[in-house]
Order: sequence, then C-alpha cells, then structure tokens
Amino acid sequence: MMQQFLLFVQKEFIHVFRDKKTLLLLFGLPVAQILLFGFALTNEIRHAGVVVVDLSRDALSRRLTDRIAASHHFDLVATGTDPTVADRLFRRGEAKLAVVFPPDFAATLVREGGADLQVVADAADPNTANALANYLTNIVLDFQRELRNGTDAPFRIHLETRMVYNPSLRGVTNFVPGVMALVLLLVCVLMTSVSIVREKEQGTMEVLLVSPFHPVLVILSKAVPYLALSLVNLGVILLLSVHVLDLPVQGSILLLLGESTLMILTALSLGLLISNVTASQQTAMLISLMGMLLPTILLTGFMFPLENMPWPLQAVSNLLPSKWYYIIVKAVMVKGLGFSAVWKETAVLAAMTVLLLVLSIRNFKIRLA
Amino acid sequence: MNTLRHLLLKEFRQIFRNPAILRMILVMPVVQLLVFPLAADYEVRNIRLAVVDQDGSDYSQTLRSRIAASGYFKAVYVGPVFEEGFRLLERDGVDLVLEVPAGFERSMVREQAGSLAVSMHAVNGARAAVGGVYLGRILAAFNREIRSEWQFPSVGRGEGISVSVRYWYNRFMNYRIFMVPAILAILVTMVGVYMCSLNIVKEKEVGTIEQINVSPVRKYQFILGKLLPFWLIGVFVFTLGLLLVARLIYGIVPAGSLALLYAYLGLYLVAVLGIGLLISTYSNTQQQAMSLAFFSTMIFILMSGLFTPVESMPGWAQGMARLNPVTYFIEVMRLVVVKGSTFADIRRHFAVMAVFAVVINAWAVLHYRKTS
Repeated sequence: MMQQFLLFVQKEFIHVFRDKKTLLLLFGLPVAQILLFGFALTNEIRHAGVVVVDLSRDALSRRLTDRIAASHHFDLVATGTDPTVADRLFRRGEAKLAVVFPPDFAATLVREGGADLQVVADAADPNTANALANYLTNIVLDFQRELRNGTDAPFRIHLETRMVYNPSLRGVTNFVPGVMALVLLLVCVLMTSVSIVREKEQGTMEVLLVSPFHPVLVILSKAVPYLALSLVNLGVILLLSVHVLDLPVQGSILLLLGESTLMILTALSLGLLISNVTASQQTAMLISLMGMLLPTILLTGFMFPLENMPWPLQAVSNLLPSKWYYIIVKAVMVKGLGFSAVWKETAVLAAMTVLLLVLSIRNFKIRLA
Repeated sequence: MNTLRHLLLKEFRQIFRNPAILRMILVMPVVQLLVFPLAADYEVRNIRLAVVDQDGSDYSQTLRSRIAASGYFKAVYVGPVFEEGFRLLERDGVDLVLEVPAGFERSMVREQAGSLAVSMHAVNGARAAVGGVYLGRILAAFNREIRSEWQFPSVGRGEGISVSVRYWYNRFMNYRIFMVPAILAILVTMVGVYMCSLNIVKEKEVGTIEQINVSPVRKYQFILGKLLPFWLIGVFVFTLGLLLVARLIYGIVPAGSLALLYAYLGLYLVAVLGIGLLISTYSNTQQQAMSLAFFSTMIFILMSGLFTPVESMPGWAQGMARLNPVTYFIEVMRLVVVKGSTFADIRRHFAVMAVFAVVINAWAVLHYRKTS
C-alpha cells in the first residue's frame, strides 16, 4: 500500500520535473517577485518631473529652485516664464508638479514678511499629487528655517516619530509576507487542479481509477509533490528575504514553517476542489487565474489597505486563505510575536482546510462521465 | 478570403460553444472592473489612533478634538497607559499611538515649546508615511492656533512663504478615475494573452493542428484566423468595460477622444495577441502555455506602473518597464481618459507600440514556421 503510494508520488514528481516551463513558473516566479518587490517597486515617489515657472527671477526664487532640483523626490524637467508649459508637460506625462513664483517674489517676502508660492499638481494620481505637494511644502519650510538662520518659530511643537517594526519605511517589510501568501496560494491551487484535470482530459484518469489503488490515494499522490515543492519554494523565499533583502525572521522559524505548511494544505485542498468540479484544463486555469489572481493580489491586504474597502469587499476578503496567512506571517516574521497572537487566524485557516477537503471528497466522482 | 471566412466561423463556433469561455469574456471583466477599483484604493482614511494622554490638560484635549475633527483619524483608545496603546498596535488594533507626555501644556506655556511622541505601525511603510503627513498638518495648524493666541497678530502676512496647492484634472482627488482605466487595460491584456495562447496550444495538444497543417490552409490564414477573433473579443471586452462599467457605474467619461483610445487599443491588441502567439509557439501543452502566460503577465503587471510609479524605480527597472507594452497602454489610458491628451501628446506611445507589434508578431511567425 505504502509502496504503491510512493510509486504514484514518484510518477507525479517525474511529470513535474520533465516540464521545464512549468518549473519556470514554480520556481522562477517567486524569485522574480521577491527581487522585483525588493528592488524595483517602491511606494515612495522619486524623480517626479517638476516644472518651475519663475515670473520673478530673483536670487531667492533661484535658490529655492535649486533646492527643489536637489531633492531626490524631484527632477527639474523645465524652467521658464510661460505658465502654459505645465499643462503641456502634464498631458504628455512628463511632469507631475509645477511651481509658480509670482512676480516680485523676493521683494514681497522682504517687504511684507510673507509671499505666496503657487503649486499646481497633476492630480490624475491623487496620492502622488498629495505626496509631492507635501514634499514640496517641507522643502519650503526648511528653506524658511534657513532664512531665519535655523531658529524655530516660537510655540513650536516638536514631534518625535518612531516607526515601529520598519524604521526606514521600506516596502519589503510589507511585500515579502504578501508575496509568500500569493505564491503559495496560486502555485498550489493552479498546479494541483491542472495536473488532475489534465489526466481527466487525456483519459489517463480512467486508467488510474480502474487500478486496484484506492481513488482517494490517487488524488493525494498528486498533492504530495506540490506540497514538497512549495516547501522548497518557501525556503528559497525566506533565504532571499534574509540574505538579499535584509529582512530577518523576527519570530520563531518553526512556527512560521508550521503555519506555512497549513497554508499550503489549504491551497492544495482548494486545488483539489477546483479539479473535482471542472472537466477541462482551460476551465480549471481560468478559474485559478482570472478568478484568483487579481482577488488575491487586491484583497489580501498587502497592496491596498483592507480597512478602506467597502464592507462587502472586506467580507469577501475574509474568505481568502491568503488574507489570514498574510496576517500570520506579518505577526511572526516582522513583529516577532508568538503563537498566542495568531491562534485565531490559524484556527480560521485550519477550518477552511477541513471544509475544503470535506467538500472535495464529497464531490469526488470515481466514475467519469 | 473564403478560407479565412471558414476558419473564422470555426473559431467563433468553438469559442461560443464553451460556456466557461463565454463567462470569462462577459462576466469576469465586468465583475472585476466593478469590484477592484473599490479595493484598489490607496487613499488613507480611517487611520486608527490610540491617544496616550498623560497630561490631561486643556491643550491635550483641544489637540485630541482637532485630530478627531480632521476626519482622517478614528480614536480607538484614549487613556493614560502607554502599554495598553502599544498592545493595540501589536495586535493590529491601531495604526499609531500618540503620546502626550505629562507636563506638555506647562512646557508650552513656560518654555514656548513642547514635544509629542508618535509610534507608527510601519509594516506598510507607505500608509505610515501618509498618516504621519496628516498628523503633521494637524499639528502645524494647532501650532499656529496657539501662536496667534499668545502673540498679537503680526503686521502683514508674517507667516513667511505660504504654499497654496491646486490640483488639476481631478479636483476631487478621486482615486477611481486613476485606477479604473488602468485595471481595464490589465483585463484586456489578460484576456488577450491567456485566451490566444491557450487556444492555439489546445489544438496542438488535442492534435487537431495536424489536420489544419495537412490542409491547403496557408500559415498566414491560420494565424489571422486565430488572431482576428481574439482581437474582436478584446475590443468587445474593452467596450464593455469602458462604456458600461466605467461610464454607468463610476461616471468616468474619457476627457480625450474615444477614437484615439480605440486606435491605440487596436494597435495594442495586435502586440498583445502577438505575445499570446509567441507563447503558444514555445509550448506544447496547455500547462506550459499557462505557466509562460502567467509568468509573463505577472511580471508585465508588476512592472507596468499600475500600482507603483515607474519614475520611482531604479534605472534597470525603468528599462524593463520601458520594454513592457502594458506600461504604454496604461499610460495612454490614463493620459487620454483623465487628462484628455491628444494624438500629438502621445505620438511617441504610438510609435513604440507599433514597433512592439511588428517585432513580437514577426518573431512569433518566424518561430512558428520553424517548429511545424
């Protein structure tokens, strides 16, 4: 019995390793995602194009312009006296912010103790517009401090800010747990469902089912290789995260591995269920890809904050295993909390796994249509 | 021409016969476009706040009411014990803890300066940074309030350089105007790449491609027969999304010309279907095609500037983004729909996409001949 099972598992491994393109997806995707999220994708806005329209052309406006150009948030793309240049560059997507110095800027500032600086932001992307306006305001505030020889205005409240868990506000702290959730869920669901449905489609399932081997074990032997491969995947992600992205595991590694195994089991059961209710590979892929890729990216909580969403979406997000797993990984890996902090999420994942397994076993048909 | 007509007839029959594919063409894009702009909301609201007030003075109370009145924050906990506030932070119960130390008001009155401390839940760095910005603004306003209480209003403006910001194109700072066109672009891309590559490989896997290969059907007819139906489906999905969902549900009316959008879509679909074709020439089974399609669309989407701005990427990543057709389509969608850019503004985008379309399809066709 056991020997038969191992033989079946071996057969599945051969299927997996024979197909180099599938291996690319299995192992290439997590690595590519970790590297892209770690090095290429950042929410901080850098090198945004800025246009300076200087109608004053005095020493102060020039000094402030230099200050703006020197900031790594901004790239000075044009200067001039023509206000329409901003609109033109906005429409081409080459600039996102325009700063307009009114005529007699320095003179007004000296005479009246104050002057207006007009800023026009391309609010097509509201968040970027807000952030850029804010960076600019801070540059102007610093500049003024310097004009006053570095003294603060009186009655100033000093704000001491401490960024807990992520002092330098890096994106990876958030993305690595997200990528782990995404990869484990998608790869397991997709691979298991497709490999089972392919046997159905090609007719080899018939052969397996009439063999003396128990049908449920046939299906289980399909899940074992992906469990093993996912664990390897997980190891690769963690190694990359610790050694390349410099994001150590703060909590217990054993706990993290245990929770991840639970998540893999959940995903495998979901894959089994999909394979039981579909007949063609195309359908299985469409359900797994179109139906799961975007929802997982959007509703897990690592891309967009769940608190902002309307309540129906928040309710739907509760159905995604990846959401719970993401909370667990954040707690264990980033915050270094123990099991007592994540037992509720663990219970939810475990309940989902049991439910999915029961559903797929009840839907499992020994006879093909 | 007659051959092509028969091939098209065959393709459409196969497509419309399969209810799963029909559902994917009709329902998926509409549902996803309905749901995801609601989710893809970067705007930071409802920042949950714990106030640890060890001062209990008039100033700390005023500050609390100013924070509550701003509408960005929701005070979940108010009390004197820091540990309780921090415990909430640990459990994801609050996003930030604001500490008003004992003696805050006295220090403000006597020394004309005081300090507050904030601990932010910074796992999501972007969100923490925005929360800090909002809090900073409220504090600055509170600062001015106190200052004007204690000083005689100074002559003239006295406040130094005041920055006034105007927001163009999207005065109400509606994030959906920004996201809906881009998500539509992604949906069109996914439908095009997946359906096109899977369809051709299915013929390979099932073996029916042999029958077509031995028939007098020419290669270009076969490829056109495969590409045209999906080109039409792409245009259909786009129309459904733009006119039905974006306009009726979100009230987004493109500021620029529809003809310009469709012209770009037409060109873009040629490039995208070329990618599907290319993937199908490199795979023998549907599983391989799906793996390649999934891998490439994932990278395309991440590197397209959909979620994070392209300008912020390091140089090598910007290079990758510039080699990604999806980047250009998303840019064009946002430029034309939100800002009403004209052909003159985006002619570079047209030129680049034309190059993509030619290169990708030429590559696919060349590679296709070799394998069969």
